[in-house]
Amino acid sequence: MNIKKGEIFVIIGLSGSGKSTLVRCFNRLNKPTSGTILYGNEDINKLDKRSLEEYRRNKISMVFQNFGLMSHRNVIGNVEYGLEIKGIPKEERQKKAVEMLNMVGLNGLENEPISSLSGGMKQRVGIARALANDPEILLMDEPFSALDPLVRKDMQFELLTIQRKLEKTVIFITHDIDEAFKLGDRVAIMRDGELIQVDTPENMSEYPANDYVKQFIDSADKTQVISVRNVMITPNSIVRLKDNPNYAINIMRKNGVSSAYVVSEKMKLEGVITIDDTINAHRENLSISDVLIKDIETTSPDALLSDIMEMATETRFPIAVVDNGNLKGIVSKVHVLSSII
Amino acid sequence: MNSDWLFNFPFKIPVNTGAIDKYVRDFSVKYDIFFGSIRNFLISFVNIIHSILSFIPWIITILAVVYITWRISKKISKGILYGALLFFIGTLGLWDLMNETLAIVLASVAMSLVLGFPLGILISTSDKADKIVRPILDTMQTMPVFVYLIPALLFFGLGKPPAVIATTIYAIVPIIRLTNHGIRQIDEEIVEASIAFGSTKFQSLVKVQIPQALPTIMTGVNQTLMMAMAMVVTTSMIGATGLGMEVLISVNRVEIGRGLVSGTAVVIIAVILDRITQGLVKNGEVNSH
Repeated sequence: MNIKKGEIFVIIGLSGSGKSTLVRCFNRLNKPTSGTILYGNEDINKLDKRSLEEYRRNKISMVFQNFGLMSHRNVIGNVEYGLEIKGIPKEERQKKAVEMLNMVGLNGLENEPISSLSGGMKQRVGIARALANDPEILLMDEPFSALDPLVRKDMQFELLTIQRKLEKTVIFITHDIDEAFKLGDRVAIMRDGELIQVDTPENMSEYPANDYVKQFIDSADKTQVISVRNVMITPNSIVRLKDNPNYAINIMRKNGVSSAYVVSEKMKLEGVITIDDTINAHRENLSISDVLIKDIETTSPDALLSDIMEMATETRFPIAVVDNGNLKGIVSKVHVLSSII
Repeated sequence: MNSDWLFNFPFKIPVNTGAIDKYVRDFSVKYDIFFGSIRNFLISFVNIIHSILSFIPWIITILAVVYITWRISKKISKGILYGALLFFIGTLGLWDLMNETLAIVLASVAMSLVLGFPLGILISTSDKADKIVRPILDTMQTMPVFVYLIPALLFFGLGKPPAVIATTIYAIVPIIRLTNHGIRQIDEEIVEASIAFGSTKFQSLVKVQIPQALPTIMTGVNQTLMMAMAMVVTTSMIGATGLGMEVLISVNRVEIGRGLVSGTAVVIIAVILDRITQGLVKNGEVNSH
């Protein structure tokens, strides 16, 4: 197994599958009985006491399921802990701690006791504490499992934002397949202490390695995994802005549709026309731009189906998939709904 | 049929108690220098505490108790009550005796903490040590105190040093037990977190484990103090002067009034010390949970 720098690597499995044990070998909270773990070229297993401390202080930090916060210290006291044991002067470490707290959205709560925080806020402190060391690797052992679903969603979003900003390598453990697919650049599935499959969420849902993986994935909400790109089709009735209405009517008739997308010269999406409007335009000698409907719903190829679900059920026309203003394809209600069965 | 053996033990192991006496006596003579230096140390330790307590004017002591109680319990009425009770002891003419008793108690508590706290930490880190120490602690706590008054008397003579030793043996148990318990019951994830951030064992202990266990450790301090107070009268039998001696004398002379007065003073001191240290425990809990 190889974990790349800067990716979010999710390890998923049922409880007892060994995912926690595996991750805790990465910072030697557990000592592996066999095998090697390389960080760069260094074998973590062979570090002596001193260099293990150095490694833990500077390279890798951890976020815990039940937060692991020290109740005898206030918020900032917890965040600065990692810096404190490194012997960084008080002023400097407090400055860093405040900066981290601002990043996780806990401005102004520096001197609150831990007991006054909600679960979500506690885990924000946990994340701030882990990031304060400026580690290269962030281990997260089911960090959001103890949070209620709404807060969990917020935290997932927050984590993605932070990761994009800081580009840390995140190794994330969860037993929730939706969470795994939402966060993971790559996902590893474990069972009984063994890795079964390591792949991107999309590949995994398309080519599960065996029935166990398939079962796991079937429990997932597919709209969270499949992106618009996978279900969009190339529109066959495209009209250019300078075409005349008669031509547009012909195209629509030929394809048996009642509307057509209108693009400019370079496939830039301009709007949509309906068959009724176009026939009117033809009779009254108007051009296509006169009957063009510009106010239309669009989406991007990378959007997830869950994002456009609501739009798809309400829209009058198929949804245009637009990338940098250019029409890439269309998605109709039929495609969205059929892809998730 | 003769069934005597059912009601009388058929064998007797002859224990030569005289030999034990002789051995212990010889031992104490042989190592007299060792015990002598401990004795001298304890005498000066108790005397220092006593002279500090005597040096403080009574009014300051009372005001300090009022203030501390007020701070801890957030109730001025409690502070005034404890101050009045202390004043009452003074009016009974027992102030000096109280200081004498307190000196022995505080010296014993200090000894207990100095020895018991590190020992508690030690056995919290090792299951093996815990297994070895546990029965010893049980013995120390259940053995009738008079039994170790005798060797204390033999090794350290009459007076305050054997009193401090006997009191320490009796009162050291809770601080060891509760330090051990306090550290063992910390949420494992918190200790792991400190390790995962690269703390050394010492850093983890000082910065995380001891502060986290502090409320429990403070309960241990409170218990140690209370048990030391409970020994006051007992140790007067080996010549520890103070309020305990007053009680002992009144028992011997069947002077009910005198016994009642000095007994009341012991109770008052015990209650005040207990409430103040318990208040500290509670404050610690409020801060940390």
